[in-house]
Amino acid sequence: MRPEASLPPVVPQAGHFGDEASRQDAAHLGMWIFIASEVMLFTALFTAYAFYRYAYPDAFHQGRLHMEVGLGTLNTYVLVTSSILVALAISAVRAGRDLRAGGLLLGALALGVVFLFIKGAEYTQHAHDGALPGAWYDFEAFSMPGASLFFTLYWVMTGVHAVHVLVGMGVLSTLAVRALSGHFSVAYHTPLELGGMYWHLVDIVWLFLWPLLYLA
Amino acid sequence: MSFEVAEPAMPREHYLNARRGAWSWLTTHDHKRIGVMFLVALLCTFLLGGMFALALRLELLTPGETVMGRLAYNRAFTLHGVIMVWLFLIPSIPTTFGNFLLPLMIGARDVAFPRLNLASFYLFVVGAVMTVWAILEGGVDTGWTFYTPYSTATGTDVLPVLMGVFVVGFSTILSGLNFITTVHTMRAPGMGWMRLPLFVWAIYGTSIIQVLATPVLGMVLLLVALERVVGVGLFDPARGGDPLLYQHLFWFYSHPAVYIMILPGMGVISEAVSAFCRKNPISYRVLVWSTVGIAFVGFLTWGHHMFVSGQSVLGAGTFSILSMLVAIFTALKIFTWTSTMYRGSIWMCTPFTYVLGFIFLLFFGGMSGVAVAVTSADLHWHDTYFVVAHFHFIMVGASLMAFLAGLHYWFPKMFGRCYPEGLGVGTAVLIIFGFITTFLPQFLLGNMGMPRRYADYPEHFQPLHVASTAGASLLGFGFLIIAAYLGWSLRHGRVAGRNPWGSRGYEWHSDSPPPEANFHEPPVFPYRPHDYSRPDLQPEVGHAA
Amino acid sequence: MSELLRRMLFLPEEGSTLASRVDGIHFFIILTTFVVGAAIGLTGFVFLLRFRRRHAHALTPEVLAPVWMEALFVSVPLLFFLLWGALGYRDYVWSRSAPPDALDVYVTGKQWMWKFAYPEGPGAVDVLHVPAGRPVRLLITSRDVIHSFYVPAFRLKMDAIPGRYTETWFEAVRPGRYPVLCAEYCGLDHSHMRAEVVALSPAEFEVWRTQQGGDQVASGAGVAEPLVEQGRVVATRAGCFQCHTVDGTPHIGPTWRGLYLREEPLDTGGTIRADVAYLTESMMEPQAKVVAGYAPVMPSFQGRLSAGDVASLVEFIQSLRPERPVPPTVQEPRYELRGR
Repeated sequence: MRPEASLPPVVPQAGHFGDEASRQDAAHLGMWIFIASEVMLFTALFTAYAFYRYAYPDAFHQGRLHMEVGLGTLNTYVLVTSSILVALAISAVRAGRDLRAGGLLLGALALGVVFLFIKGAEYTQHAHDGALPGAWYDFEAFSMPGASLFFTLYWVMTGVHAVHVLVGMGVLSTLAVRALSGHFSVAYHTPLELGGMYWHLVDIVWLFLWPLLYLA
Repeated sequence: MSFEVAEPAMPREHYLNARRGAWSWLTTHDHKRIGVMFLVALLCTFLLGGMFALALRLELLTPGETVMGRLAYNRAFTLHGVIMVWLFLIPSIPTTFGNFLLPLMIGARDVAFPRLNLASFYLFVVGAVMTVWAILEGGVDTGWTFYTPYSTATGTDVLPVLMGVFVVGFSTILSGLNFITTVHTMRAPGMGWMRLPLFVWAIYGTSIIQVLATPVLGMVLLLVALERVVGVGLFDPARGGDPLLYQHLFWFYSHPAVYIMILPGMGVISEAVSAFCRKNPISYRVLVWSTVGIAFVGFLTWGHHMFVSGQSVLGAGTFSILSMLVAIFTALKIFTWTSTMYRGSIWMCTPFTYVLGFIFLLFFGGMSGVAVAVTSADLHWHDTYFVVAHFHFIMVGASLMAFLAGLHYWFPKMFGRCYPEGLGVGTAVLIIFGFITTFLPQFLLGNMGMPRRYADYPEHFQPLHVASTAGASLLGFGFLIIAAYLGWSLRHGRVAGRNPWGSRGYEWHSDSPPPEANFHEPPVFPYRPHDYSRPDLQPEVGHAA
Repeated sequence: MSELLRRMLFLPEEGSTLASRVDGIHFFIILTTFVVGAAIGLTGFVFLLRFRRRHAHALTPEVLAPVWMEALFVSVPLLFFLLWGALGYRDYVWSRSAPPDALDVYVTGKQWMWKFAYPEGPGAVDVLHVPAGRPVRLLITSRDVIHSFYVPAFRLKMDAIPGRYTETWFEAVRPGRYPVLCAEYCGLDHSHMRAEVVALSPAEFEVWRTQQGGDQVASGAGVAEPLVEQGRVVATRAGCFQCHTVDGTPHIGPTWRGLYLREEPLDTGGTIRADVAYLTESMMEPQAKVVAGYAPVMPSFQGRLSAGDVASLVEFIQSLRPERPVPPTVQEPRYELRGR
């Protein structure tokens, strides 16, 4: 009854999936779990925001008066457009148009750069005002209890988000190169879908940050 | 029924000898090898954490200064906590037995993302090295909880430890992600959710907690680090921040983290109870749903760490009730395991000795947990040795016993050899006895009102401390014996054969040690998990005792 | 019965009205635990003997728990747990709502001492005088890190949190002296942050209060300044000024002016932040970390300074700050006292 121990089947690494479909399934599920994890990361920050907004309602209400609503809104459009471009890139690959997909991805990447550029302009303005986090806060025009906390949260939340944008841009550039070099096909473009999911996550987080920091 | 092979032979080729050389280990994608590497790494961190524990017990032998000053003591208990929690207990069972066995149990060739699995191992090593480096650098004296504002004010070097734990957290998330995906997508054909082995369920529940709770810890640690580096002031009352927010966020992670430590242990025990009673669990679904229940309700109980922190009275009541609900699941499991012995065929071998120790200690650990979740009783016990004893009953008494039970149950699976059974049982008894001697006095110390994290104490506490230290030395001695005989058995132990325990666990369907590809032919699991009522289709070869 | 249990469980005497309530629920839980534990242990033992292995590969019948058994497993413990939760919560609510006629005491924790101040009367360090048989409400806060005010004999504990006041109350049942401990880890001398509640009979308390009254400032903050003064006295007495100056000029040892929280280079390389931990360590183990450029000549003051002395010295050194920019008012924490 003992199996022939001498002949282990030679199966290449990662060849343990039955077929490409189940491999894609696993990759998508893994990405969704990763996204859930990322959401919890931001949840901690949103909780902190809610906590201090409850403790200092006035400061958090007036905080938006010192924000560049125009730039924030512009950034929202930039990021949403960028997300749309990624979605279009995926459908382009599905239609077998790799070059178009690569171009769209490069466009999305460029919009990411624009986003960071605008964000940087805002940061510079705040730094110039002295609206820096915590110990460095020195903003004469907005000094009331909780004001420094508002700006601290602003810096931390947008800062963590900006790091995600940076990572996302790294992902997009890799994907763009792979798309342009014909790596993807109608049958196989899982990395592109996963990268797209990540970029949408970055976008959606901003869609929560924008009202909380600029509008509310 | 049993046509035993006289002297079972080692399979000629298996995962240990399929490839050779250190490089083949360091770059392996094989979940079994990664599990073994995790085992080695975790034994190192356990040794380190244990040495700190013994140093602490030695210092507490007498009031006043015994072997170290107060600063050294504060650093030692911090590092004991940090190492044991993050570098041993949280990864312990999932990354070792989970990695090794989960694919085998569901009939898969590997985990879903083998490369990610290896990355997870290296992240763990990097995080662990950063943390240990912080020890050599001079130590940290905040306690493993890093409570603000002390952690932002102390002069010791907290940053490397924060970053080390942050990186280890990444490793935890990736492991969890990997296991969830594996369970979802790689089960053998026909293996429905209610046919999963209970250990797989436990790892699955644990992974969900890991994936959802760990990022919150990551963010909190990041904020503390920012607080130290640039003074962001989110937790600093001098800047309008609130230290209680830190505690809420920290325990939002760290209470579920307790279940990260105990759930896999419960999974091991479910497997072992079944295997050594040769009996189906008396209620499979109760064990499954209590696992899932712990994983989810565990997220709603964090506030019971803060009954005396000025939390609102209503909040305290709510968290108290929710904690009672989560305790029910543990009670259910204890009843189920005990009644599973009914009409079994119980084999009192080494793993089962640990199982009995586990059930017994988990019962008292769990009940003391319920006791401190009672709001008024917590007024007295909070932050005393009662709490210390409580969570050591859970983490050492239960989790570590489960780890040892698993180690002794699956040692033949992993390395293909048996260990001296008599020595195993004797050591198990010694360890359980040593454990009780160490931690029972700590319950009484807590009752007397001895707060935790005290380098020095009034003299009337001393007799109980002496007892506790004596027990700790027994415990340490026990671990040395285990290390000795398991080390010896690696080379010289009797060859185990495929299934020395005659277990019906699915993992025993492949050779011991398994071939690199796990199975020689696609596995067929003919019976439901833990079913001992029908003759096995496979002959049960090999024997241990 | 309950006295016997108290002794068996090593509990301290029941010094407050809260203590007997807490102990009551404690005994209920512990007795139930032992009864159930014994029952489970016995069941397991019987099974172990009765169903021990007789031959290696025995088959066993498939036994499944009937639904009523599962329901029993859930409902019985749940019933007990919720009952305990409810009973405990009743006492907890009681312990958090001070009676209106309570005597107010402001408690301030700081590394590593407890300061007590009465609204209209004197303040004290490390000794809290209260009348027995009368409720005392404590308004607790902290000056630095989190502490926890813990009186084992009263079964009473409440965290002292910087930037906010927490509130609790107790009523000592009889005159006596009850140790106070710090239960939340707060740094180097956490284990020495001890104080004492002295419960006096009401008449004695009035006598004590009139003796103390008058010359002291009527707020908790008033206690701080004398401590700095006390530090100066201790420094003079212990001979610190033979080597350390307070005006900024280096002498045999580094000056104390602006020393607190300064980054000091060490003779072994690296730097150290002169925080409370380092200052205290330098008094106790001077050779452990010597500031670069100074000879390791300082004697140890281990055993020569009491914990109170050390705290007052540290306070004194803290008070010798260099001229620093004052933080803007925005950053001042808002302390909100809930009115009654």
